[in-house]
Amino acid sequence: MTTLGGAAGFEVIVGGGLGRTPMIGKTLREFLPAADLLPYVEAIVSVYNLLGRRDNKYKARIKITVHENGIEEIRARVEARYARLKTLFKGADQQLLQQIEAHFKAPEFICEKAPEFDAFKEESPGFCSWVDTNITAHKAEGYAIVSISLKKHGDTPGDATAAQMRVMSELAKKFSHDELRISHEQNVILPHVHRSDLPTVYRALRTANLATANIGLISDIIACPGMDYCALATARSIPIAQQIATRFAKLELEHDVGLLKLKISGCINACGHHHVGHIGILGLERAGVESYQITLGGDAGAEAQLGTRAGPGFGAKDIVPAIERLVLGYIELRADADETFLQSYQRLGAAPFKALLYPKEK
Amino acid sequence: MSIIITDSGFFSNYQDAKVSPNHPGPSVDLKSDFDPKDITQELLQARCIRIELPSFADGRAFTLAILLRSHGYTGHLRAVGYILADQYTMVRRSGFDDVEISEELAIRQPKKQWQDRADWRRHDYQGRLREQTL
Repeated sequence: MTTLGGAAGFEVIVGGGLGRTPMIGKTLREFLPAADLLPYVEAIVSVYNLLGRRDNKYKARIKITVHENGIEEIRARVEARYARLKTLFKGADQQLLQQIEAHFKAPEFICEKAPEFDAFKEESPGFCSWVDTNITAHKAEGYAIVSISLKKHGDTPGDATAAQMRVMSELAKKFSHDELRISHEQNVILPHVHRSDLPTVYRALRTANLATANIGLISDIIACPGMDYCALATARSIPIAQQIATRFAKLELEHDVGLLKLKISGCINACGHHHVGHIGILGLERAGVESYQITLGGDAGAEAQLGTRAGPGFGAKDIVPAIERLVLGYIELRADADETFLQSYQRLGAAPFKALLYPKEK
Repeated sequence: MSIIITDSGFFSNYQDAKVSPNHPGPSVDLKSDFDPKDITQELLQARCIRIELPSFADGRAFTLAILLRSHGYTGHLRAVGYILADQYTMVRRSGFDDVEISEELAIRQPKKQWQDRADWRRHDYQGRLREQTL
């Protein structure tokens, strides 16, 4: 979503995707008026339908079509198709959109001070730490966005028990205008919590074992189900995530390490999005044993970037020590405590990080 | 022999299917890999255009039908080939008048399966979005 001269619209990006052929999407159009989204998206699908590969189902992907034909060719075709499709939309779509939008109105926010919040922050270091990592600023004054971490060190990332789910649903009902969202990072979001309610929410979460203060840190790992559950997997993901989280909890270093996105996939299909992790781990099978490949420098943010493979894979026993060497080494390498792992990597390049992973090659 | 399927049922010949295009022009057969760049005025004058669907998984004919209609083609448009009854609604919504399948395929998919989808305007969400007003 973007704006041009005050008007709302979209930057349209096509041809991105992970899996066995990871690609960053390319900008098809810098600005598309919001009202023209449907005909434009239809034009893209329509062009892809005629142009996409049909000889090989693994190549029947928009990313492959864009890659093979070039963004200029796709753009010319999409714009021509869009000009034709646009005339078919005569206003009913916008009317329907308005009706739908009426169901998604922002709640009525109450702007008042939250003395309980400040007092409890003084009193409880646990609360203070949780607020530091798990709270995101809200656009409405006096409100906060709460991320409930489902990444308790040593537990299965993204899992919640039935009892925990009931607690979260009750909290959403009472304190978040009856809204609760699931994030792709395998956590739960309470989108509109008044700051004065944060101490109560925190206490309830802590009682339910849901107050882990690690959002955005190294133990907040995205891990696919891996070979423990998935028929496609070539290696286990969950035990690796658990071991990394437990190890860094023991080292008591993760708050010092700071923002670090670690993502694990148990096969080439990349459900764990390892290509866009600051550190990515891809579990493969090599001659009957699990082998874990590390990618570095990926970024799922606004400056999307695919990570690059650091070198040969590590066995199941060696992967956690390798990650530990890498992260401890980063602490030595970083310019100051504010420089994140990704920033250090971008500043210094791959070489010093590879040296940390493969010390014998020195 | 092939079977022609319309909203009102199965027909084994063109006349019985009650399709009587007014165009004087010829009948044209297109393959599913037809390039829409080749849409000419001459083509748009055809009495009937038949587009081949080589498999139910090949959806190019749907896009071609929409494009022909958006270029102002008003003649008869027929989908020919391997089409499943489930797809009938979408075939009609994209601008085809009827469907032509082999007898063999018609035996596997009897009339009732097609008739269940004959009311193709029902739940036509795309059509609804393209009306003047709700």
